Amino acid sequence: MSETQHESVRLAPDPTPGLTKVGGDTPVVSPPARRRRRKGIGWAARLEIALMTGPTLIVFLSFVILPVAMAAYYGFFSWQGYGPAEDFVGLRNYLLIFEDSTFIDALRHNGIIVVLSLLLQGPAAILLALLLNRQMRGQTLIRVLVFIPYVIAEVVVGTGWSLMLHGEGVVNAVLGKIGLGWLQNDWLADPKIAIWTLMGILTWKYIGFAVILFLAGLQGIPEELTEAAAIDGASYWQIQRRITLPLLGPTIRIWAFLSMIGALQLFDLVYIIWGQYVAATAGTSTMATYMVANGRNAGEYGYGNAVAVVLFFISLFAALLYQRFILRRDTEGAITGGRR
Amino acid sequence: MAVTAVAGRRAPRRSSRSKKPFSWTDPSVYFVALLLIATMLAPVVYIILGGFRTNAEITTDPAGLPTTWQTQNYLDVLTGSTFWQQVANSTIVALATTAGVVTLGLMTSFIIARYRFWGRGAMYALFAAGLMFPLTVAITPLYILVKTLGLMNTLPGVILPQIGFGIPLTIIILVPFVRAIPDEIQEAASIDGCSRLGFFWRMVLPLAMPGVITVAILTFIQSWNGYLLPLFILNREETFTLPLGVQAFASEYSVDTAKVLAFTSLSMIPALVFFSLFQRRIVGGLTGAVKG
Repeated sequence: MSETQHESVRLAPDPTPGLTKVGGDTPVVSPPARRRRRKGIGWAARLEIALMTGPTLIVFLSFVILPVAMAAYYGFFSWQGYGPAEDFVGLRNYLLIFEDSTFIDALRHNGIIVVLSLLLQGPAAILLALLLNRQMRGQTLIRVLVFIPYVIAEVVVGTGWSLMLHGEGVVNAVLGKIGLGWLQNDWLADPKIAIWTLMGILTWKYIGFAVILFLAGLQGIPEELTEAAAIDGASYWQIQRRITLPLLGPTIRIWAFLSMIGALQLFDLVYIIWGQYVAATAGTSTMATYMVANGRNAGEYGYGNAVAVVLFFISLFAALLYQRFILRRDTEGAITGGRR
Repeated sequence: MAVTAVAGRRAPRRSSRSKKPFSWTDPSVYFVALLLIATMLAPVVYIILGGFRTNAEITTDPAGLPTTWQTQNYLDVLTGSTFWQQVANSTIVALATTAGVVTLGLMTSFIIARYRFWGRGAMYALFAAGLMFPLTVAITPLYILVKTLGLMNTLPGVILPQIGFGIPLTIIILVPFVRAIPDEIQEAASIDGCSRLGFFWRMVLPLAMPGVITVAILTFIQSWNGYLLPLFILNREETFTLPLGVQAFASEYSVDTAKVLAFTSLSMIPALVFFSLFQRRIVGGLTGAVKG
């Protein structure tokens, strides 16, 4: 164990050594000559390592890391997407981004979506998971049904909901029929409401994922614990609060992390329902829709890439903070390099 | 709704605690469950039923049921060639992506979990950091890269990047699975004359199956539903995947709401069928992943 720890501490400061080796087919194997004798890694093992990680690294580096690096590079240019990028503008794109109130708005919307996603989906999903974890008739069916919106394509969800939510759509019609006419609204266009509409659709679409995740976590909690507590006279809610919730903690924290990253990068649903122009006026634009609208759609590929870089660093910053302060004890080693 | 859930939950607990701590048959629980199902399903049902109506009906009474059950909308979509072409494209893309992600991801997870070599931690960190790179950030350069490779308007132009972006989550999920296989099994296998690769085929593959299936299902669904990448890469109608098809159809027939609804509901069937076949595996697989 102390071996591993030593190794990982040494590696931690340099998390992306593969970056310099794009295109090399055996990037991982070459260095260990010094350690070979001590660790007993033979050439056969090294060949296995090369053959079994090489293709993965090639695909990953060329289709994930390289484009991200390209985005960082083009972000410094004023570039219309064809020919070589020659008009180097330094940090001007980045200055423009932060001077643009539309971007600041989008950033604020992203912040709202992150917070509201956690606050709306988290508690509801925990309650639902507790509910569905009980013995009841039709349990399997309910689990499947809860997950259905998550399985349906964003395009389908977006198309469907925008047909239902527009002024003469079914939602307003139903509200009128059941005597709640005063609740009728322009759900999609009213800037005061649109973001809540979006949150409703997001909750509907993604809560199933949280529920399934929490159910999986609940199944990992030994029944002996809750039974013992029940015998000791603990009430149902005491058991949930003192035993189930703390033990579900790691699952909740992982879900919150995934939810946060997803909310920061939200694109599909907003773009499909509101489109690039309406999203900004309806108050639902996100950094990603801003990027596509002002980058690709405006023909300003350099600027779009600069927005991508900003989006990336904001996500990374949020992720690292979260890793550092909340997730550290759960995912030991996910980012810090295999520390155990 | 949460309030009802709370109320419905307390009553049966008090009455039945002493006898059967976990029995729970109060009707209010089922009421909450039904309410939940209704909320989740109503939009889906609306889309499917809407396909059976006429446009006039939808306009005059958006919330009504079909009066005559028009099947024409569905028949039009099913007998046209575009729908089936797009189903085929989506199937090819999703299957190839899933196969690629699972194969590459499992091999790499095996190495990271079971081999000790210089750079192992760094490699894991690199893939884990890949979770931070959304497709959105890389989409413009990716488009240029795919164009340079001559893969524009081809399905591999979508498949390869999707494999790349699917790998991080796969490795994060699968490494704990492979690591959880006890060392004793490997030792026993090697005493019985099993090589490391033989161990991979005979022991790791079957033992990691729950995780593999989870990953495969998640990848398949994500690829099937993918929107942004096909939007940039596929511009010709004959290469469209279903999500692009739905959008193109919705704007082409924007006045024909019923037909759009029919097309939309048909396009979600394959993913739904696929999911309901494997849903048990998803819960099982995630359990391992989260605990690991």
